[in-house]
Amino acid sequence: MSANCEIAFTLNDVRRKLTVPAHMSTLEMLRDQLGLTGTKYGCGEGECGACTILVDGTTVNSCLMFAADCDGRELTTIEGVAVSEAGERLRAAFVASGAVQCGFCTPGLMVQASHVIEGHPGADEATIRRGIEGNLCRCTGYRKIIDAIGAAGRTALKGVEHGRS
Amino acid sequence: MGAAEKPLSRDTLIGKRIPKLDAPDKASGATRYIHDLDVPGALHAKILRSTQVHARIISIDTSAAKALPGVHAVITAADVPWQRPIGVGKDHLPLKTDRVRSLRDEVAAVAADTEEIAEQAQRLIKVTYEPLPVISNTTDATAPGASQLHDGHPGNVAMTFDYAQGDVVRGEAASDVVIEDVFRLHYVTHCCMGVSGVIAEFDPSGNLLLHSNTQVPFLHKREFAELLGIDPARIRIIQPPIGGGFGSKLDIYPFEPIVIFLAKITKRPVKLVFTREEEFIASPTRQPVLLKLRSGCRKDGTLTFRAVETVHDNGAYTSWGATTPFVMMQTMSSLYRVPDCQYHTKAIYTNNPYAGSFRGYGNLQATFAVEAHMDKLAEAVGMDGLAFRLKNAQDPGEVTPQGMHFNSCGFKECLTTAAARSDFLRKQAENRARWDDPTPVKRGVGIASMLHVGGGAKIYPSDGCGTILKIDDFAHVTLMTGASEIGQGSETVLSQLACEELGLPLSAVTVINNDTDITPWDVGVHASRTTFIGGNSAIGAARKAKAKILAAAAVKTELAPEALDLRDGCIVRKDDGKRLFELGKFLRSLHFSDRAELVMTSFYYEPPSKHQDTAFRGDVSAAYAWATQVCEVEVDTQTGIVRLLKVTAAHDVGRVLNRLGIEGQIEGGIVMGQGYAITENLMVENGVMRNANFRDYKLVTAPEIPEMDVTFIETMDGEGPQGAKGVGEAPAICIAAAVANAIHNATGTRIYSLPFTPENVYRALHGAAQPPRWGAAA
Repeated sequence: MSANCEIAFTLNDVRRKLTVPAHMSTLEMLRDQLGLTGTKYGCGEGECGACTILVDGTTVNSCLMFAADCDGRELTTIEGVAVSEAGERLRAAFVASGAVQCGFCTPGLMVQASHVIEGHPGADEATIRRGIEGNLCRCTGYRKIIDAIGAAGRTALKGVEHGRS
Repeated sequence: MGAAEKPLSRDTLIGKRIPKLDAPDKASGATRYIHDLDVPGALHAKILRSTQVHARIISIDTSAAKALPGVHAVITAADVPWQRPIGVGKDHLPLKTDRVRSLRDEVAAVAADTEEIAEQAQRLIKVTYEPLPVISNTTDATAPGASQLHDGHPGNVAMTFDYAQGDVVRGEAASDVVIEDVFRLHYVTHCCMGVSGVIAEFDPSGNLLLHSNTQVPFLHKREFAELLGIDPARIRIIQPPIGGGFGSKLDIYPFEPIVIFLAKITKRPVKLVFTREEEFIASPTRQPVLLKLRSGCRKDGTLTFRAVETVHDNGAYTSWGATTPFVMMQTMSSLYRVPDCQYHTKAIYTNNPYAGSFRGYGNLQATFAVEAHMDKLAEAVGMDGLAFRLKNAQDPGEVTPQGMHFNSCGFKECLTTAAARSDFLRKQAENRARWDDPTPVKRGVGIASMLHVGGGAKIYPSDGCGTILKIDDFAHVTLMTGASEIGQGSETVLSQLACEELGLPLSAVTVINNDTDITPWDVGVHASRTTFIGGNSAIGAARKAKAKILAAAAVKTELAPEALDLRDGCIVRKDDGKRLFELGKFLRSLHFSDRAELVMTSFYYEPPSKHQDTAFRGDVSAAYAWATQVCEVEVDTQTGIVRLLKVTAAHDVGRVLNRLGIEGQIEGGIVMGQGYAITENLMVENGVMRNANFRDYKLVTAPEIPEMDVTFIETMDGEGPQGAKGVGEAPAICIAAAVANAIHNATGTRIYSLPFTPENVYRALHGAAQPPRWGAAA
């Protein structure tokens, strides 16, 4: 039906080689081919952020990226973020702050939040809000998500300061 | 359940900030929603929908689709002659036979090896239509000679509601001020982040297993059984974690039976998941309403009467949207004391998307109108909006002319608290004084209140919920409840309530709440009922278990059961807290004794409220929730942009059970209300949805949310679990009404139709808007 591509990339710190159809999205590759279902389909057109992943350290809507374009890149999905030290801190903050309701948007927000914190560990309210404006949530009203990211950022910052001293 | 005997001296779980039990999994991406489930051997389904808004189906040719390799079945209505009408109105077949009445209508369906093949096959189906005139609004639908969309519904009237108390003519005669306005409320839709989906499979004996996102598994079991002509006992429904509900999953929709048909015909498991576009087009909406309200009061500010007429655009078929007047009339008759009230409403069939139930259930629309009139009447008699509302607000103990009993009612405290915390009166006066200032950006503050069911809702013959509770040899509790979790946190709250009775930590509970073969009956997760109904049921089961344990302990200790208690995982002496047995050890001793015993109990809770009579008199709920919200806005008069700056909310919730959870419900509801008021607008033109995507249908995003100041008024309801009342829908209800009042306070312009998008507001401010007219298209 369509051409296949051979690609090699790093996914959650593991090197992978894969053959994917040329038209396949990264989201489909992750979910259907690799069984990593933490990354969610919310709209398929880059509007909701439920499929957010990290590609070479930058957040991307994986529904808008061809799987073929993963060749040579470094991908981190929620499954990778969740087991990192920063991810565990963030998850603890999401849980303790009540940032999770139905949870469908949460993996995308966790990934986006990890990116926001990494870039701006002491991010203020406005920076956090701006940082997650591409992620839709229908349950929480965002308040507790913003609180969680702020709290995780402050913990990260303390860790850095502590490490220095 | 009896209110809240205060807990004993020990630590209580009630009122604490308890993280949701399912949150760690969800935040790790480990939770498997229906989209994430793969059943080995499952086929993938696609539904072919109509390309015509209203047409006769002349022919359907499926031969090319059937010939495509990998296709297992292509079905049309002709393949399932035994299908039956579904939904609240039982007015449409899952697969349409000779006529389509809306653009979402299901014409054919495919099951194939992959989603891709199914999509390809779907494109190969050829349907010939003969277009029919499109009825795109309620005016056209009710015009003389309009074509009839359904047999047996002359004038395209799908449903009517009529209610009257007192005599509105007398009420109007006794009024010093009478006002009348027409309000127009728009289409919005749920936008659950997890799209709809279902997996159906039959075992070789013909038993059906459904993985479904439904909010009403036990009702659906019965409906599917009727549809298939089999015993309901042969249907098992498992609900994987649900990616948002908000009322959208209360009815049976065509895609569910269609997937069942495909599974039956192919003898294979079949999975269907919507695309986002399909979710917009083929899931329900909140119903658009045209509402005429006539109200009056005396010079001293006493309300005299209210006369209401509404027309609902029902869309092509009847789902729960048509029944929302049942809730709307309560706000009209009983939010404030009104001696004379009359309410007439019609739901009218059109060729538009059909309306379902959506958080608040008509109450957003009713409250929008009532609270506009509360401001206007107050102004007309020279009272401030707060004093006017307090003068007419309900008190505890009130029995309204509609027959509603307000046993617990913190309404006046909600009003005074929200007003005081927001400095409402001062700000209102200051904003008003600045109407003539040259600055283009104005500030406004508005107040609105709401009344909603808070103790279940008598919509079905039973409003009950069952619980089975098992305590194992290690004092671990398995709580099997009929109450569904849709993200709102019910499993956490139910665990708290059970642990509170049993003196156990939350870590001692596992909740099973999603499998009809295991869990006891429940009517479904709707009407803000789960904490109240499911909670009372969980408490009942836990109390029975506790009584059983203490009776056994009494035998061993030769103390009276009443002298014993469960605390901190131990059986203790009630008076001094002395630990007598570690609970797990004691349960093991029971289990392995001569007269072995396992601790298992079941309890069924049905609230004490009675059904309303046929004239809509009586209670619909065992308790009622109240709230007042004050909204502060900024209006840019040069662009029409309205920014919601702050919401000060005071909610009578009976009692706070999980502070973290209830804050989340309120904040989420406020922001959903903000979307309804300001950003969301499902544009339907001639039956065609113009913005079936998140780029053009605007949900509120993180930068736009207001500052939220939420206060809980704890009235300790006598029937509530630990005194609590339902809260799920309440916070979304009065935002639009309060924002409308705030825009008026900012600019002096009152806008009678939603949403307050820049274009609509700009037009209204600059005299370029047509106010809604009665008789015009709803």
